[in-house]
Amino acid sequence: MGVTYFFLYVPIIALVGMSFNASESPFTWNGFSTKWYGVLANDSTVMKGLTNTLIVAFTSTFLATILGTALAVGLHQYTKSAFLNAFALAPAIMPDIVLGIGLLALFALLSMTLGLYSVVIAHVVFSMAFVSAVVKARLSNSDPALREASMDLGATRSTTFFKITLPSLTPAIVAGALLAFTLSLDEFVIAFFTNGPATPTLPIIIYSMVRFGVTPEINALASLLMLVSFTAVIGAQRMTKLAEAR
Amino acid sequence: MTEKKNLIEIRNLTHRYGDVTAIDDINLDIHENEFFALLGPSGCGKTTLLRVLAGFETPDAGTVMLGNTDLISIPPNKRPINLMFQSYALFPHMNVGQNIAYGLEREKLGKNEIKTRVAEVLETVGLSDKSKSRPLQLSGGQRQRVALARAIIKRPKLLLLDEPLSALDRKVRAEMQIELKRLQHEVGITFVVVTHDQEEAMSMADRIAVIAKGKVEQVDFPVDLYERPKNRYVGGFIGDSNFFDGIATSTGIINEKLGPMPGNHYGRNITGPAHLLIRPEDLRVAQGDEHSISAKVQDVAFFGGASTIILTIDNHPTTILFSQPGSTSIQRGSQLQLTWDEQKAIVLPSDSPSESNN
Amino acid sequence: MKAGRSVNKRRDLLERLTLQGPGLVYLLLFMAVPICLILIYSIFQRGQFGGVVFHATTDNFTRALDPVYRGVLFDSLKIASITTVLALALGYPTAYGIARLPKRFRTTALLLIVMPFWTNFLIRTYSWIMLLNSEGLLNKALLKLNIIHTPLDLLYTQSAVILGLLYGYLPLMILPLYASIEKLDPEIREAASNLGANRFRTFLDVTLPLTISGVLAGSIFVFIPSLGNFIVPELLGGGKTVMVGNLVRDQFLKARDWPFGSVLALVVILFVFVLFAIQSKVEKRISGGAHAN
Repeated sequence: MGVTYFFLYVPIIALVGMSFNASESPFTWNGFSTKWYGVLANDSTVMKGLTNTLIVAFTSTFLATILGTALAVGLHQYTKSAFLNAFALAPAIMPDIVLGIGLLALFALLSMTLGLYSVVIAHVVFSMAFVSAVVKARLSNSDPALREASMDLGATRSTTFFKITLPSLTPAIVAGALLAFTLSLDEFVIAFFTNGPATPTLPIIIYSMVRFGVTPEINALASLLMLVSFTAVIGAQRMTKLAEAR
Repeated sequence: MTEKKNLIEIRNLTHRYGDVTAIDDINLDIHENEFFALLGPSGCGKTTLLRVLAGFETPDAGTVMLGNTDLISIPPNKRPINLMFQSYALFPHMNVGQNIAYGLEREKLGKNEIKTRVAEVLETVGLSDKSKSRPLQLSGGQRQRVALARAIIKRPKLLLLDEPLSALDRKVRAEMQIELKRLQHEVGITFVVVTHDQEEAMSMADRIAVIAKGKVEQVDFPVDLYERPKNRYVGGFIGDSNFFDGIATSTGIINEKLGPMPGNHYGRNITGPAHLLIRPEDLRVAQGDEHSISAKVQDVAFFGGASTIILTIDNHPTTILFSQPGSTSIQRGSQLQLTWDEQKAIVLPSDSPSESNN
Repeated sequence: MKAGRSVNKRRDLLERLTLQGPGLVYLLLFMAVPICLILIYSIFQRGQFGGVVFHATTDNFTRALDPVYRGVLFDSLKIASITTVLALALGYPTAYGIARLPKRFRTTALLLIVMPFWTNFLIRTYSWIMLLNSEGLLNKALLKLNIIHTPLDLLYTQSAVILGLLYGYLPLMILPLYASIEKLDPEIREAASNLGANRFRTFLDVTLPLTISGVLAGSIFVFIPSLGNFIVPELLGGGKTVMVGNLVRDQFLKARDWPFGSVLALVVILFVFVLFAIQSKVEKRISGGAHAN
């Protein structure tokens, strides 16, 4: 078991460690320096990529949360069919390369010019499935009588949805949204196929950096991204804990 | 008895789930202002009946009239009926006051009126100091009172209670039984309780409907259900019982092995195969020349107020329950002659009607 | 009277459509249709300047069976399989170990497993370039310890690809394994040993069968992404190790032969369905009576 943790973390530690490397090459250590973080901050390509990625992440998470939550509640209340439930979860299991080329084919067929919006459309597909899954899991532990009680007391279905169902799902929705956000931030393959050439996302930029010029700047970028992801995951974890405590 | 007005009239109500008929052509009247119980084992259809009344199921056939209105055509959120759920279904993200106010808010009443009525009802159930607490912070009994308050504040014509006491422990249960009866009288709403616990039903209800396999076996006052059950099913379901099989005679039954056994037809003049039901407290040790049968004592148990003696009779398949007030000197292993009050022994027709269907 | 009864049903239908509708339509448009497109394109031909000419043919399929492409397909299956087996070998003991930890440590232990997964896949793969490079840390360490005298050629081999895939997807194996191990009733194992089974037999006869759903789920979560991956073979395999993912990507973006690319992608899709079919068959067998009609 310890082997696994060692295996998982050695590369990460090396990665972060080398980000403080003073030399040009990430392979040879040449003293401690934080200059690469400075280089990173001034790298406009990276900054543009970051902006694009954030735009995609926020937009797709927003849409995915709405679609995914509604779908989860709708399925939970009305559908036992295994097929539809599997259909809703399918994007999460579909290999990203298949989704990538499929959407590329669709966009080409519709003669759409690719750009950030096509990436958003693509990301919503799988993000929605993850939000759905998280919300559905929480729903299956909830008391169906709550909804009936609300209607019994005179509320319409829509009032019940907004005043009773949604509030009780808030922690799950937030956890799902955080999950979707983090996935979108790091997503490479689908973005690679559905993006336009002028608006690369950060993972796409990282890809070119890794293939062509390798300096510790990448390490610095990697370390920062890891920090953001870790924070988001811990945040989602806390949210789920709160949900369970209720 | 004064002529009671019908609040609810159920006629030919039938509902199926796939192949299973949950309610089979049920006819029932529920009076105004009464405490009514739907009693039966799980799966008998009582919960389905409750849900039809509440509006969460639409029956396949039949009508439910509330006065002159067809209840079924009204959606659940508009019916003058409220339900107290078995799980209480309190909204976890709202406090007690908000939970209780919820129903009134849906009626679009003014803020002040709502405030006053919430305070009123909190006092009625004895939870005035808990208005700001969250459901999670309350005990089982308190949560139930909140659920009750939330329902009665809407002043429904009918209050349905789904297994109200099943989640409570014994002591709280006994208290709540009294509470519920008191509330029903104080608030003047018709209560319909669904339960599988016959002691609960017997102690709280004015009238009880015994339900089995989707059909109503008997609707009656508790005492009458106990002393004059209509058939073997009801007789066996309510209270403890001893049954003997045989052919009906004018004075009781004749059992193949035990001979003639006197009993009361209660005016029904039953003929053919029949059962004789003798309650444990109607048995006595024979003194002298009365009709009696020979029995051997297997076990004696003392429960504080009464003793239960378990006996076996030769040529009789089931054990006999005999109860006496106070303690007893009867010993295990001894042989007794048992007799019984033939006025209290009930002759019942053979076969409970539900068996003739499927 | 009938009218009143159907109001309820109508309102239910309305709510159902409002909630499920948008999501399902979205998925239909942007998931089902794209996949259908791939299926459709596979039987057509590449146009002169890329694009698709709707002229039905089975050429793409026969081409896919060419030794070159067949080799890549087999290699991909081989690599994905080895990765999955390794992930099981490493993951099962780990999941088991975490399940044995006192309750308060378990969440942290799990979080630690999952955290690397939340970092960018490219970056994680890149870190192995850093480590395996002939000037990289691993070689440097081995040289320093005098275990070897010349740097090993670790990068750009099939093993490097397997390593990279394993690293990328190991957490996906551990989580479902942990979920099913955690559900085990410890008393069942105790019952087995009480009846005479030693540790090994208990594992084989009791623990493993009862956790098979976790094993299956974890295996699928590792096998499928590994099969369709092109990043790891490209970065860690150099030009030498080519997997089906690389082929698909090349066909779609470089050679612009979409129909042929679609056929190759079909292989991956096929395996998704096959694996899920196997999984549900096994699940049905296990829960036998519980789910009988």
